Amino acid sequence: MGVSEIQQQSLTSEKAKWMYQKMAEIRRFEDQVHETFSTGVLPGFVHLYAGEEAVAVGVCAHLDDKDSITSTHRGHGHCIAKGCDLKGMMAEIYGKSTGLCKGKGGSMHIADVSKGMLGANGIVGGGFPLATGAGLSAKLRKTGGVAVCFFGDGANNHGTFHEGINMAAIWKLPVIFVAENNGYAEATPFEYASSCESISDRAASYGIPGETVDGKDTMAVYEAAERAVERARNGEGPTLIECKTYRNYGHFEGDAQKYKTNEERDEHLKELDAIIRFRQHVLTTDLASEDELHSIDESVRKEIEDAVEFAEKSPMPEADQLTTDVYVDYQPGGEE
Amino acid sequence: MARKISFSDAVNEAMAITMRNDEHVILLGEDVAGGANVDHLQNEEAWGGVMGVTQGLVQEFGRDRVLDTPIAEAGYVGAAVSAAATGMRPVAELMFNDFIGSCLDEVMNQGAKLRYMFGGHAKIPLVIRTMHGAGFRAAAQHSQSLYGMFTAIPGLKVVVPSTPADAKGLLISAIEDDDIVIFFEDKTLYNVKGEVPEGHYKIPIGKADIKREGSDITIVAIGKQVQTALDAADKLAEKGIQAEVVDPRSLSPLDEDTILKSVQKTSRLVIVDEANPRCNAATDISAMVADKGFDFLDAPIKMITAPHSPVPFSPSLEDLYLPSPEKVIKAVAELIDDESIVAS
Repeated sequence: MGVSEIQQQSLTSEKAKWMYQKMAEIRRFEDQVHETFSTGVLPGFVHLYAGEEAVAVGVCAHLDDKDSITSTHRGHGHCIAKGCDLKGMMAEIYGKSTGLCKGKGGSMHIADVSKGMLGANGIVGGGFPLATGAGLSAKLRKTGGVAVCFFGDGANNHGTFHEGINMAAIWKLPVIFVAENNGYAEATPFEYASSCESISDRAASYGIPGETVDGKDTMAVYEAAERAVERARNGEGPTLIECKTYRNYGHFEGDAQKYKTNEERDEHLKELDAIIRFRQHVLTTDLASEDELHSIDESVRKEIEDAVEFAEKSPMPEADQLTTDVYVDYQPGGEE
Repeated sequence: MARKISFSDAVNEAMAITMRNDEHVILLGEDVAGGANVDHLQNEEAWGGVMGVTQGLVQEFGRDRVLDTPIAEAGYVGAAVSAAATGMRPVAELMFNDFIGSCLDEVMNQGAKLRYMFGGHAKIPLVIRTMHGAGFRAAAQHSQSLYGMFTAIPGLKVVVPSTPADAKGLLISAIEDDDIVIFFEDKTLYNVKGEVPEGHYKIPIGKADIKREGSDITIVAIGKQVQTALDAADKLAEKGIQAEVVDPRSLSPLDEDTILKSVQKTSRLVIVDEANPRCNAATDISAMVADKGFDFLDAPIKMITAPHSPVPFSPSLEDLYLPSPEKVIKAVAELIDDESIVAS
């Protein structure tokens, strides 16, 4: 029996439906934020994850709350896949006091430590050492947990990539480094900015396994992540997985995306779309029925509507919140 | 001849003029052009900088002189230091000043110290252009104003312009300067328009500018807070109080004389700095005046700053975080002991 057949057997109907639901939540959440952002009611700027759902969900399907993840500026998808509350996320993006970070962090810093979600991150490359540290902590505390570092192709050229992965390798830490290679670091193509053909090629220099998968094929990501998580939980050390993917929107909302071609966009939005392909897989393997998927679609639609309503109706933070949460044991004086 | 252009266009003009005048001037940074190696773009930019400030430069100067870098601040800022030490005159764009966290060694331990450690046998004609400032709802890692920490480092010059005309003249000076200059651009000022002379001109680094003359109180303000001070001064004038607004324009070197002369004239000082309150430009200037101009003062020095907290995301909190004309007026009322000023 091939690896693929074993893995398909390991995917239960329940898990497949959970994965479909999370992917649908991410897509609808991001499409909603895209639409709302265009009306001008959202503060700041947002980086949307739509198109890359297979990566976050295919990996997080193997994790639970004792496992940690680090994320990126494009973090909404990781949050959802790791179980963050949609209402709390949406409220955070609106800057409301009911947000997961009380409105203090915003889109780029959504976190829920209780779920092992160690934060979206505004600093490219910020996640490597953080994931390594979370892996060290899990190992020393003997929690059985693993840490996953999601990062983009831009971060793969950052110095912290080397420092973080090297340390995880020498200490055989339970860390999985998951590259989301969507082809563009902001407006710069991967091929221009990286001296390697594949990010996974770089694994060899750390003496750890590296593989590249079709990051829009949910099952390919799921299977690669299953191997890496098992290796990490067994104390065998880190793995580097490169998922080739694509972001449906720009680097941030408002990016004219002049660096893309219409052909590639059409292809990715249609025949290569991860959700369409996973839906088809689930149906043909009888993991769920058309009716079941339809009812998931409907419940997700309602969930997102509820999240928006919750966010809209929530209050802004009160003035006294400005200098709370800076320190554990004291509050600096208010503004002069 | 002067015409009204934006702060962003003024910065762009300074770049273009210096690049035309000297082939050693190059620009490097993340997506300063954008779209490198994209077939349908060639020498056309995808972005021209994340805020479009460097648009058009790659078309005129080509990709050999307008270099998109990987997202690798330690790499390209360090390379810019060394390129400068070996005969080039680079301008490195650090997209947000917050990203100094990724390349502080290159600036603080390499660039700032080489000349001194080498006994003067090196010069580093490098400009690091970087974006700062709160008010853009960009949250804690993209909104800081970190000029204070650079001011504390010997070997670096620090410039914080507040108007389009100052930005252009100071950037030309910075690029033609033989030392490292950290050049701060407030992201909320880019669309502000003002009269800007055409062609090449320089504003000296280390020379403050009196943005409004007055005899009753001195308000020293940094960067976009100069406008906060001017707005406060307008309202104070309605109450018969003439505030003098001093814009240091560069924090290192600092034009101590202009500040001290103003305080000597007015006897009162308020400093407006949107950085966090500890060890910032306000505390530095306050200490200087207390040290060298104590006898001029009739009242304590007041500092209007951000609180000692990271920049919050939520608009309701970020608005409270920043200095405002109302906060300045309240401080002035305390100094001249007249609460009626605040009332309306």
